[in-house]
Amino acid sequence: MPVKTDAVGKEWPSTTYQVGREKIREYANALGIDNSVHLDVEAARAAGFRDVVAPPMFAVVYSSPAMAPAMFDPDVAMNFAAMVHGGQEFEWDEPACSGDEITTTAKCVSIEEKDGKGFYVFETNSVNQDGAQVARGTWTLIVRGV
Amino acid sequence: MSMNVGEALPELRVTPDKYLPHRYAGASGDFNPIHIDEEFARAVGLPRTILHGLYGMGLTAKANAALADGDPRALKRLKVQFRGMGFPEQEIVVSGTVKSIDGDRVVVDTIAKQGDTELIKNAEAELRL
Repeated sequence: MPVKTDAVGKEWPSTTYQVGREKIREYANALGIDNSVHLDVEAARAAGFRDVVAPPMFAVVYSSPAMAPAMFDPDVAMNFAAMVHGGQEFEWDEPACSGDEITTTAKCVSIEEKDGKGFYVFETNSVNQDGAQVARGTWTLIVRGV
Repeated sequence: MSMNVGEALPELRVTPDKYLPHRYAGASGDFNPIHIDEEFARAVGLPRTILHGLYGMGLTAKANAALADGDPRALKRLKVQFRGMGFPEQEIVVSGTVKSIDGDRVVVDTIAKQGDTELIKNAEAELRL
């Protein structure tokens, strides 16, 4: 059965995430990241940040909420039982700091079938409260046996 | 920082404990039960709960940040492919090699393995050092 491609080009409503010190600390602790700029506001300010700064891969925390409606959209029609996260890319610009409000928009860039697998590729674009680009993500989800 | 093509990334070795997937789930917001519920994981054919792929990507980012003494501004791009399943209580080794240098831009080929299993392969990190 060919994959449904109606959703290619579709964009979903943006989500806004408020970055907080304790959430950054929780993420850094889970990853064993002990650089004090992620944990201590004075250390972060001394290093030139507005406030405690998030590790780059904290991008998944603020951008994932925008992906949820995309993944569950009936136009995308992904079979979750057979889905795996095949690949991920992030590009970073302005660092995300505690106090930031980061708005993320998700878009479906391609849906293709290869070797009996469906490849669903989405992009997320995250900007902060000043309109500065924070991160761009490319999410590749693979569904086996489409 | 002076670096050369072919130079090795300082190796990162981490053994996630039994409850790490619970902490990562809380930290990231990804509560997919295959990561935190043994019964559920077995019911869908997995040998046990598995690590979050994005946790492995987080370790890959951490290993590369070490080239900039952990400065979170250094990592400008990271692209990975997720491959084998990772499990708690087994050591993960993240290693890499400098692939190219162009001015202050350094590209590092990175891999994360658990034993012979590649959790993350073909990872490419671009840093501004």
